[in-house]
Amino acid sequence: MARLRKDFTVPLLKNGKITEDAFTRVTGETDFPSTGALIVDLTSWQEHRSELLGRADPIGIELAAGESPSEIADDLGNLSLVALDFPAFSDGRAFSSARLLRERYHFKGEVRAVGDVLLEQLHFMSRVGFDSFVLDSEDPVQEWLIAQDDLNLWYQPTEDGRITVRQKRRG
Amino acid sequence: MYQYDEYDQDFVEQRARQFSRQVERRISGELTEDQFKPLRLMNGLYLQLHAYMLRINVPYGCLSSAQMRKLGHVARLYDKSYGHLTTRQNMQLNWIRLTDMPQILLELASVEMHGIQSSGNCIRNITADEYAGVAADEVEDPRIYCEFLRQWSSLHPEFSFLPRKFKFAVTGSPNDRAAVKAHDIGLRLYRNDQGEVGFEVFVGGGLGRTPFIGKLIRDFLPTEHLLSYCEAILRVYNQLGRRDNKYKARIKVLVHETGEEAFRELVEKEWEAIRDGTLSLPEEDVALIRARFAPPKYEDLEDDTPSLESQRAENPGFNDWMDQQLAEHKQAGYTIVNISCTPIGKPPGDISSEQMESVADLAETYSFGEMRVTHNQNLVFTDVRKKDLFSLWQDLVKVELATPNHGLISDTICCPGLDYCALANARSIPLAEKISTAFADQERQKEIGEIYINMSGCINACGHHHVGNIGILGVDKKNTELYQLMLGGSAKEDASLGKILGPGFDEDGVVTAIEKLIDIYLDLRKDGETFLETHRRLGDGPFKERLYSAPS
Amino acid sequence: MAQVVIANRLRDGIVVFLGTNHTWVEQLQDCTPSESKEDGQRLMDISQEAADQQEIVDPNLIEVEKRGQTWHAIKMREEMRAKGPTVREDLGKQAGN
Repeated sequence: MARLRKDFTVPLLKNGKITEDAFTRVTGETDFPSTGALIVDLTSWQEHRSELLGRADPIGIELAAGESPSEIADDLGNLSLVALDFPAFSDGRAFSSARLLRERYHFKGEVRAVGDVLLEQLHFMSRVGFDSFVLDSEDPVQEWLIAQDDLNLWYQPTEDGRITVRQKRRG
Repeated sequence: MYQYDEYDQDFVEQRARQFSRQVERRISGELTEDQFKPLRLMNGLYLQLHAYMLRINVPYGCLSSAQMRKLGHVARLYDKSYGHLTTRQNMQLNWIRLTDMPQILLELASVEMHGIQSSGNCIRNITADEYAGVAADEVEDPRIYCEFLRQWSSLHPEFSFLPRKFKFAVTGSPNDRAAVKAHDIGLRLYRNDQGEVGFEVFVGGGLGRTPFIGKLIRDFLPTEHLLSYCEAILRVYNQLGRRDNKYKARIKVLVHETGEEAFRELVEKEWEAIRDGTLSLPEEDVALIRARFAPPKYEDLEDDTPSLESQRAENPGFNDWMDQQLAEHKQAGYTIVNISCTPIGKPPGDISSEQMESVADLAETYSFGEMRVTHNQNLVFTDVRKKDLFSLWQDLVKVELATPNHGLISDTICCPGLDYCALANARSIPLAEKISTAFADQERQKEIGEIYINMSGCINACGHHHVGNIGILGVDKKNTELYQLMLGGSAKEDASLGKILGPGFDEDGVVTAIEKLIDIYLDLRKDGETFLETHRRLGDGPFKERLYSAPS
Repeated sequence: MAQVVIANRLRDGIVVFLGTNHTWVEQLQDCTPSESKEDGQRLMDISQEAADQQEIVDPNLIEVEKRGQTWHAIKMREEMRAKGPTVREDLGKQAGN
């Protein structure tokens, strides 16, 4: 069982592959490095918006579980990444946030899961729009493949575009 | 009834295999109990007082003979040869071994059954009117929409980790047999003045620690929007429902704290954004599912069945049973038959493997191989020819399933209580047994008339005590069981919540108290009033006064 | 106050009690109660080890007392677990199954 971790020392899994993580997470800080891709928290973003927009490198925002994507809806065009936090695996608010980012606000950047998540949830996460995870696992690719293999039938339409059972029935 | 197609079947088998792998990983130690617990709960497997308990879904209460026979087989082979019918129209087995679970799930999957989402903070088994599809008073068959809800809610990627569990109930009749106002979402199909069919949508009903009657948040929802509207409600709840306190995490508390009007606005706003999207139910999709609920091949029969009169006259037991157990069918010459699983002096809702196999056979002979589980923990044969009734009754007598107590005082609702349940504070089954024994006399039961006694062994209210005409709540007071009484609850279209009447009683005391309450009612009732009607007219006052002042 | 550890066996869920020499017994009468708080902690340590070895789940220390020749759990709930459902005396430990 893997859990996602906030310290980004473990490999980043993006679209099922180990990927170099270009971002540095500086949540809770106000002193930003002048170069390099950053992930900041919502408060920092709101307070230092123009300074952060003035930087040349990519910016991402991490939303806590109670923070709605609607609060950054107007800025999504400026963002490369939104990280959504799971304070506990049982706290499913970020599932809704991810869908809203993709389906309501048509965000095309990276949506990253951070926090406490069960391996068994990865399947659901990939369906609602998450495309990157930080897995604390010896073999994250293998874990990802197991999770993807659990199920290949879906009743619910989401923006991931997988064919639903209802579509299959229509032929 | 609905039968799985290749996709439904594949889905359940995939899930069974997934859980089997998880069981293996638990036994090998790869998963700890903390990690495994949410996974087993998502498949309906609890750890109760004596052993593992498996809750098997019976979608909106519909059960085929093949399924019932399989349940009987599974209970005999892997459990102790009995099962328990629950108030969510499901079946529970009380003595399951973890190591048998992979095999059990494969057995169940072979007859389109499983325990997916029978526990956990997700959308639970959808419940419905037990007479759905056959009742004379029905506007439209709710099972079609229950089936859409079942599929939509199965492993929903967004709504599998809600603040708390979530329960739907659906009825297609003005006479509510599904307790829709006591659910997180309750739906009632009806026809509006323009002749269109749609739903009344109730949200935020529920029992438990903080009981509420559901609030009507939309008085007409066209059926094509069912899924998008429910998705909007669930999305609002998933984002805003409380997660800081599990006792305040149900949607009823969110609706209450947000305010009915403000909550409605949140839902409507969310719905506006998604209402015409991929969740719409076009008529061709509805027609596909409706076709799966095609009625059985009814014979062209006269409704009048003269043979019954002489059979009734010659057999008092049959006469009693006929008086109580039937409900009006939409098809001439047919009737709905209630089968009591709450015999006098026995645990409500318990049914043996032998009885399961017998009713499976009888349903094939008499009811097109189909039956229902009711939220009153009984069974229903949906399509019985009136001319077969005497023969059916004789067969039911042989397997002790002919108790004529439908809607009478001995037909109680009762949770498993402290005899089985890890959450319970007091036993409830012994009380149900004592009450039905005290009122065993059929003439007295008929004299008392329609009344519902519901009892729970703890505040979580699985026995629906708040909506019993007489509700009983068991509590643990200094390591002794104490029972509180409440009067005036109803789970029907006139839904109401009972309130605690006064000081509680011990187990024998509560039986005596109920006998007194009945005597008071019989004394005070006016022409033909039910217990509930008398209580509504007079309130607690005279009941309380005379119960607590009477010398005991 | 005497104490014993109650738990469920992982593989079949059956209620068990900690006996002597790290064994798990199905009958309360066969268990080995502790007489002191420190001893109770020692029993819980043993139980935690058994939980870590996938032998049992959910170990808890409960209070028991001797009435006549037999041990009884103080709490109704635990007495229920030690015997079986009162409404089915043909099942559970009271029936020897």
